[in-house]
Amino acid sequence: MSLIKVAGLTHSYNEREVLQDLNLSIAKGEVFALIGPTGAGKTTLLRIIDLLEVPSEGDIYFDDKRIPRSGKQRLEIRRRISFIHQKPQVFNLSVYDNVACGLRWRREAKNRLTGKVDHILEMVGLEGYKNRNARTLSGGEAQRVALARSLVLEPEVLLLDEPTANLDPVSTAKIEQLISYIARQHNTTIIMATHDMSQGQQLADRIGVLLDGKLIQIGNTNDVFYSPQNKEVAHFVGMENIIEGVITANKEGIATANINGNAIQAVSSYPVGKEVFACIRPEDITLALSKTQSSARNSFQAKVTQVTHLGPLSRVEINCGFRLVALVTKISAEELNLQVGRDVYATFKATGVHIMEKEINQ
Amino acid sequence: MTEIWDGLTKAVELIISLDPEVIEIAGRSLRISGTSCLLASLICLPLGSLIHFHHFRGKRVLINIIQTLFSVPTVLVGLLVLVLFSRAGPLGFFGILFEPPVMVVGQMILITPLMLGLTISALSGVGQEIVDTATSLGASGFQTAWLVLREARYAVVAAVIMGFARAISEVGCAMMVGGNIKGFTRVVTTAIALESSKGELELAIALGIILLFLALIINIVLNRLQQR
Ligand SMILES: Nc1ncnc2c1ncn2[C@@H]1O[C@H](COP(=O)(O)OP(=O)(O)O)[C@@H](O)[C@H]1O
Ligand SMILES: [Mg+2]
Repeated sequence: MSLIKVAGLTHSYNEREVLQDLNLSIAKGEVFALIGPTGAGKTTLLRIIDLLEVPSEGDIYFDDKRIPRSGKQRLEIRRRISFIHQKPQVFNLSVYDNVACGLRWRREAKNRLTGKVDHILEMVGLEGYKNRNARTLSGGEAQRVALARSLVLEPEVLLLDEPTANLDPVSTAKIEQLISYIARQHNTTIIMATHDMSQGQQLADRIGVLLDGKLIQIGNTNDVFYSPQNKEVAHFVGMENIIEGVITANKEGIATANINGNAIQAVSSYPVGKEVFACIRPEDITLALSKTQSSARNSFQAKVTQVTHLGPLSRVEINCGFRLVALVTKISAEELNLQVGRDVYATFKATGVHIMEKEINQ
Repeated sequence: MTEIWDGLTKAVELIISLDPEVIEIAGRSLRISGTSCLLASLICLPLGSLIHFHHFRGKRVLINIIQTLFSVPTVLVGLLVLVLFSRAGPLGFFGILFEPPVMVVGQMILITPLMLGLTISALSGVGQEIVDTATSLGASGFQTAWLVLREARYAVVAAVIMGFARAISEVGCAMMVGGNIKGFTRVVTTAIALESSKGELELAIALGIILLFLALIINIVLNRLQQR
């Protein structure tokens, strides 16, 4: 049984469709990440689920009951949901009053209210700020007030819109910990929008990829990351190597794809003659100086064409008859003395290659 | 120019000596304008919220009309109230013409557009994000409106101060519907008009200064409210 269901949902702003025919079911206790680039419509979808906005077409179901487009019932349901907006907006009141207001609006008894507010302020580390006007807080502190203000309500559903978009790495880690704590400890259903795929991968049970107002793919984390449904999703989830080719053989589920005259082996059931894309994550490619003995089916001699250092990792572009990007640790890049013009062997497994159908319109 | 200086000293004298007539007139001004301001606030704050938070046809036009009425001449309001409350008028049965209550009514009519318009613009100063945040946290329409009023409290209190200022400083309406009856409907402004016409400039100036003094006290009280 699903807690929240979105059925045939379409939404337009000024006659422009920003969400198109979305269908989505979210189970109780599930952590669902909505990933997609800026402008994809993530915020709009969250606003509609929070019943802040009425969709142009389609319906939202809560506990399998259709939510009316207007009326008092919307408030009742909204009170079971908490939505933490992307830009935290604190009220021009004390920190304590900011956190207490949701409970007051629900007519919580005063003695219980005080206990809950104090407890949550401690949890987010703001117990010393009770009487400060919330407008005088820093960005990170305001974010924590916004979080406390929602969590104190012990919502059944928590909606998070890019919860760590403007935070430093330490604060980001704290918030991520808090999110997974809430999901585990309170069995809260969480829907979070993020443009950070790794965050989705880390925290979510399932992922929905929203591109240009359309839910292109919904699946568990591995499905989306290792078997993207089309080139756009593949691109978005960090499949940097997307190479065109044709299937030339298929033996017991191991297909051979001809890429620019080179044969790549991959796990795929596509028949001979199919035009496809072969997708390889850069971190799944290993580089070595000599042809190593390994069970990996794909090994190519290549020349390094570019090396970029990204903190602890190095991004290495190579040419092995076709262009590939590999991601190796900086230490191994140094050990292998990877420089432009260097000869290397690139190796990757047949399971590391995701083959997808080349769409007609691409 | 000496009149101003003399008026100032006289004002200080009158205040220090607690001149009973001056105290009585000032007190009446404060009571009548205070009441009209309070009653108008009780109408304008909820009504302003209602208008601000609802989308309906003709909202823009309504706000334009309200803003135009900021400039309604006090004597025109006086005339209207006179017609309404005169013995033969539709509200004549109240029999309150030339009594303080009708002056309160006149001032309320005078300042309602101003307070209403300024309340609406005060509320417009609060961003949609705040409204959305409150709604998301489970506030009902009424609770959201109350929160937004508190968020806008500086501007809302300013609207009330403007209303009071216009009420206590107007003379046309008070004169027409109150009649400037000594000891009964005479207020500071009508007294000033009378004293100036009699050539008692010092007394008139002294009364003027006392009026400003009253306004100062009210502002201090309302500013306290703003800080909360
Ligand atoms: N209130 C609005 N009025 C008009 N267009 C809007 C409004 N809100 C969002 N949009 C448009 O809808 C699209 C989706 O926006 P949004 O849901 O904010 O995307 P995301 O959160 O994924 O970045 C964008 O093109 C945005 O410009
Ligand atoms: Mg957004």
